[in-house]
Amino acid sequence: MGELAAEKHAKYILTVEKKKDDIESVLMEHLRINGAYWGLTTLDILGKLAAVDQETIISWVMSCQHESGGFGGNEGHDPHLLYTLSAIQILALFNKIDALDAEKVSTYISTLQNEDGSFSGDKWGEIDTRFSYVAICSLALLKQLDKINVEKAVKYIISCKNLDGGFGCTPGAESHAGQIFCCIGALAITGCLHYVDKDLLGWWLCERQVKSGGLNGRPEKLPDVCYSWWVLSSLIMIDRVHWIDKQKLVDFILDCQDKENGGISDRPDDAVDVFHTYFGVAGLSLLEYPGLKAIDPAYALPVDVIDRIFLH
Amino acid sequence: MDSDEDERTLLPLSQRPEWSDVTPVPQNDGPNPVVPIAYSEEFAEVMGYFRAVYLADERSLRALHLTTEAIQFNAGNYTVWQFRRLILEALNADLHEELEFVEQLASKNSKNYQLWHHRRWVAEKLGTEAASRELEFTKNIFVNDAKNYHAWSHRQWVLQNLGGWEDELAYCNELLEDDIFNNSAWNQRYFVITRHPGLGGIEATIDSELDYTIKSILIKPENESPWRYLRGLHKNNVQSFVTNPKISTLCLNVLTSKANPVFALSLLLDLISKGFEPNQDLKNAIEVVVPESNSQDSDISVTICTVLEIIDQMRVNYWRWRKKNLHPQVAEGVANLHIH
Repeated sequence: MGELAAEKHAKYILTVEKKKDDIESVLMEHLRINGAYWGLTTLDILGKLAAVDQETIISWVMSCQHESGGFGGNEGHDPHLLYTLSAIQILALFNKIDALDAEKVSTYISTLQNEDGSFSGDKWGEIDTRFSYVAICSLALLKQLDKINVEKAVKYIISCKNLDGGFGCTPGAESHAGQIFCCIGALAITGCLHYVDKDLLGWWLCERQVKSGGLNGRPEKLPDVCYSWWVLSSLIMIDRVHWIDKQKLVDFILDCQDKENGGISDRPDDAVDVFHTYFGVAGLSLLEYPGLKAIDPAYALPVDVIDRIFLH
Repeated sequence: MDSDEDERTLLPLSQRPEWSDVTPVPQNDGPNPVVPIAYSEEFAEVMGYFRAVYLADERSLRALHLTTEAIQFNAGNYTVWQFRRLILEALNADLHEELEFVEQLASKNSKNYQLWHHRRWVAEKLGTEAASRELEFTKNIFVNDAKNYHAWSHRQWVLQNLGGWEDELAYCNELLEDDIFNNSAWNQRYFVITRHPGLGGIEATIDSELDYTIKSILIKPENESPWRYLRGLHKNNVQSFVTNPKISTLCLNVLTSKANPVFALSLLLDLISKGFEPNQDLKNAIEVVVPESNSQDSDISVTICTVLEIIDQMRVNYWRWRKKNLHPQVAEGVANLHIH
């Protein structure tokens, strides 16, 4: 039977954090702040967050912030909602959200809401339900949800609901597990899950489990470890996670590990990366694999971090 | 390919006379700074010069060419794409050439958000004249990956904002002939019949769509998509769903063939829960799916659930839940009984 090589994965992440000079790392430098969120959250779930230099990371995160209040993917990059959420999440991990001017950041986010309730990723206007989630999650963590029109935001998300109970990136777009996570997460955070047909969606989601035990993101596609997060967290948020075979999924994720060098890949025997390492470990946490910190399915942060923010 | 190699055998920027007035700006990578030797020097140099023009906000032709080189090295860098757009606007550039540029990058970067967003920005500026070229562009992507989510999103945007609906349903037919399991194409069918301004909506198309769907199911009964599509067609017409003999005949045909019966059984379950009463042929067909299972119950929907628990074991908890919730009206009625 498989086992989680927790020490190796922690080591892998710490190594990646230091190896900024190789080509893969350089090609990702524009989304370094996403990478930092994936790596740091994984370390926290593994109980190893103390291994990093908190001060240096926080000052680097703050250097990614713009006049507008939004954050770029790295220093010298334009602000965007995606990186703004990662910045807030990283600060939350270190219990340093108060390092932010919450007013400023939430104003930036609120300017990106459109008439129909949707959100653009940045001033260039790309619209996607991913950005609805990012905006709502960010503002909730900052306790500034009243800065946007929540009713319209919810209305737009619901307009992206499809016949199969799932959600796409825009109205009429194919249901996709990643987009579903974003919509369900946003609805969970705003207390609007009653708009979801949980039985119908739950069935669509549990049909994502294929013979190998892994999960795909759409009918007839290959399984991928990242769906262990998106499908799983969605099922948990709508109270239907018992509809999949949890043990088989655990086995699939464990099979995607590189037990020699650490890290987790999209499917067995492929190359590892931080993205899939995070989703694999987070998925195992949701499946209550022993030795891991619990993670909140809607905020995608450890439960103790969320409790610290909201139960003050 | 070849053009990429030509770009990279150009003189280094530091040796090109037209760049002699610019000092490149090095990468500041925060904690643990970069050791420059280990990654491509050309790439590092291009990015150094890019940072210089970006910080100086230089929106010139040479800056445009620089963004071309930077994007060819790394099409994921969104800041470069954004600055490129500012330059294109400042220069009032020919956006048809820009479509060309994106097309050259597309095959190697077909899942890149920045590329698709840039394409959309260009197409929006060009307006309705771009419609057919945009549809063609997505078609070419589908040749290699008929489920590319970005391409489908772009195609839907083009149809709704620039037009070109006429051949869309026919195109869906083509894609499904290539791969009847293509869920994106099934989704697009629904998109077309509900949003094509000239088709008359579901009411006008439901008969032909139902026939098409039934045919598709019979070709590959283990295909999830058409079963869902069939339900979708009847979303606002439960009466028709329950009473149309074509649907129950379909289930019977699948059950009496050698095909995987899971979806047929689950559809029957849904039909029965909405009031459908299966005839003896159907009941017989259900009971022989797992003949040794002793699954028979006087309530046929209980039998169906038992069978599904056996043959779709991964979702055993789902089918157990269905079994418990077979008769919500009855449960409610019992709960509402007044015992005197």
